[in-house]
Amino acid sequence: MSAFSAVKILPSPPITARSTPKPSFPFVFSSPSSPTAGGIHRPAAAPLSSSPRPLRAVSSHVLSNEQRVASHSHQDEAEVTREEALDLYEDMVLGRSFEDMCAQMYYRGKMFGFVHLYNGQEAVSTGFIRLLQPGDSVVSTYRDHVHALSKGVPARAVMAELFGRTTGCCRGQGGSMHMFSAPHNLIGGFAFIGEGIPVATGVAFSSRYRHEVLEEASPSGGLDVTVAFFGDGTCNNGQFFECLNMAQLWKLPIVFVVENNLWAIGMSHLRATSDPVIWKKGPAFGMPGVHVDGMDVLKVRAVAKEAIERARRGEGPTLVECETYRFRGHSLADPDELRNPDEKAHYAARDPILALKKHIIEHDLANESDLKGIEKKIDDVIEDAVEFADASPLPPRSQLLENVFADPKGFGIGPDGKYRCEDPKFTEGTAQV
Amino acid sequence: MPFRKNVKQTNIYGLSISFVSSGRAPLLFLVLYSSLSCVLSLISRRMWGLARQRVGFGNFSSPILGQVLQRIRPLGSVLPKNYSTAAKEMTVREALNSALDEEMSADPKVFLMGEEVGEYQGAYKISKGLLEKYGPERVLDTPITEAGFAGIGVGAAYYGLRPVVEFMTFNFSMQAIDHIINSAAKTNYMSAGQISVPIVFRGPNGAAAGVGAQHSQCYAAWYAHVPGLKVLSPYSSEDARGLLKAAIRDPDPVVFLENELLYGESFPIPAEVLDSSFCLPIGKAKIERQGKHVTITAFSKMVGYALQAAEILSKEGIDAEIINLRSIRPLDKATINASVRKTNRLVTVEEGFPQHGVGAEICMSVIEDSFEYLDAPVERIAGADVPMPYAANLERMAVPQVDDIIRAAKRACYRSVPMAAAA
Repeated sequence: MSAFSAVKILPSPPITARSTPKPSFPFVFSSPSSPTAGGIHRPAAAPLSSSPRPLRAVSSHVLSNEQRVASHSHQDEAEVTREEALDLYEDMVLGRSFEDMCAQMYYRGKMFGFVHLYNGQEAVSTGFIRLLQPGDSVVSTYRDHVHALSKGVPARAVMAELFGRTTGCCRGQGGSMHMFSAPHNLIGGFAFIGEGIPVATGVAFSSRYRHEVLEEASPSGGLDVTVAFFGDGTCNNGQFFECLNMAQLWKLPIVFVVENNLWAIGMSHLRATSDPVIWKKGPAFGMPGVHVDGMDVLKVRAVAKEAIERARRGEGPTLVECETYRFRGHSLADPDELRNPDEKAHYAARDPILALKKHIIEHDLANESDLKGIEKKIDDVIEDAVEFADASPLPPRSQLLENVFADPKGFGIGPDGKYRCEDPKFTEGTAQV
Repeated sequence: MPFRKNVKQTNIYGLSISFVSSGRAPLLFLVLYSSLSCVLSLISRRMWGLARQRVGFGNFSSPILGQVLQRIRPLGSVLPKNYSTAAKEMTVREALNSALDEEMSADPKVFLMGEEVGEYQGAYKISKGLLEKYGPERVLDTPITEAGFAGIGVGAAYYGLRPVVEFMTFNFSMQAIDHIINSAAKTNYMSAGQISVPIVFRGPNGAAAGVGAQHSQCYAAWYAHVPGLKVLSPYSSEDARGLLKAAIRDPDPVVFLENELLYGESFPIPAEVLDSSFCLPIGKAKIERQGKHVTITAFSKMVGYALQAAEILSKEGIDAEIINLRSIRPLDKATINASVRKTNRLVTVEEGFPQHGVGAEICMSVIEDSFEYLDAPVERIAGADVPMPYAANLERMAVPQVDDIIRAAKRACYRSVPMAAAA
């Protein structure tokens, strides 16, 4: 059953120009997940959340009825077809193998700087991004390799970018934390916590603007949706709240996905947050807040489907909190000493890839050899990516000054009175900067 | 007609005047109309005995119209505002408003967002009338969320829209500076050219009157430090119109630093400025006043002060060349250096704090490129190195005044004698 089954979604009004906001339909949100989703470090219910009904810190016209949603863990039936399941499996294996290879390459010195790996969180990326259409956008953080891969950026391009080669998706100028791919609508790659959220809101704004003001129809049949990924630490940042407000105010087609892995480098979410329940912060701004088990790709996918379709129809944003976990440290430089080994073991047992594998086998969607075939194929893809990246050239010297501006006259007028960019030797570095 | 007589007397205007007085007016009426009005204004200035402007007389091979127009230099606060001429006058506010209006009507992707830009008609009335004309989807009143809405503007710009983000003052841009620098300025580079950011951040910059330390800082040096940004600062209405149009049409992020005290000032503008395709090039400074003894560079409000100083200096025999930078990044080092090579002395004027300021960069550029031409050490004038005080007399002391510019220019001119003990 759908994650929103508890929720009454009234027919949405036609997308009107935003003047003064007139909430003409009550807002909806689903109730928290069942206790079985709790990890070891989840609090014994803090005084506020232990009450049978969540705190109503919302304005009166927002609440409608409030029915308990049946626990997500009851979703047992196979909701996916064989093709979909194998696609999901392949995507998650690609993400995992790629990140493992990154770790190897880093320790061999081929990769450098800050590298943040996504091991363990694949269900969130795969669950959301595989549902998107080509015109939809993904905005991410520095932990963006797997978002890029799920969105369709070739593994070769990502690996070459990590190696700092000129064949990378950003020609080696962005690096691990700044993956951009305009053809795939992958916008970063933002190294600053919280920076991607307003940018994602702006991308969603442009989607609505193009639809209403420029009257361009999107091939998706509705609005192009933006999915913003960020972590639990970001949910304490001011920009997060500013954008929850504005996205809801202007009914922007965006899904805010919180990858709550409980840790921000070494800062536990519970030490940093007054009220650690994140999904509740959505209704405070008038949008639905949903909690989902982020280690189960099928559950994530079900929630994602609803949220994305809501946005596409023009009903506005959704806040989705995915409870997930990263198996490795914050980055490859993080010794990861503060996390309890029991906690790690608990989540390792809920490895999303193993869970999906089990599901596929149990529901007879495919057999072991099919899955092994996929794994082998991915291994080949990764090997090929590494070889390609290794063989690629470093950026030439002339690339240093390229692309600072779209209009290179921004470099100004040189001592000879002509625009610097008109000097053919300028980017070769032989001309004086 | 009185002007004909005067025209024949003055031979500095050479060819164009004889053309005007030739009587072929009917055929060339349209072409000469604006030259006529410009000539008229010049003549009336002469008649009123104001200081003449020696401006580029250069060669006469350029088109007549361009030549005559070249001679028009808005004197801003120097001229009385009520001389009777056919030259149109426009306040900086009207110039910005009309530029925004025209760009929004020419390109539906341009939209304006900021606090109070819509129903309030703009905190300083720059966006007056735009909400009625373009509707709330294109003129957005935002909540008080600089970081949020600057980021939203950047995200929209990534996808080809052309936002104009207004900060009520640039002091508030500090809450959004992460987006201006990290999301906007650096993205074209980080994405290797895949994603350009055609956004304009505009608003008043620098000191107003008695608004205290947190509302009075000048951010020219801060933003001009960053590669990937273009930073413009207009002085007159012509600058305001031309540069704002250029900024909106530019495919890169532009920081557009206006000045609150200039909004109400009125400047005469030639007819070509009123054309909706009028645009000024980014990266080119303007020589407001030609001179031969000392080069004074300034931007925004300080240009007006420098021009006043030049008037006073000229009475003492020092002929100052005033450069209106217009573009802080990229800095028109070519014009500045050419000017210093002519005058051999430099005074830079800015309103912001002195350390690491715009003047420091200009001085260094001149030392790097034109050291042998300098006859005196370079001088820089900046605001006092203190947070802006509130008391009116202290505020006056904290911002460069005309006297400070005059003193510096004199110092630069008399430095060629052996230096006395520190004065």
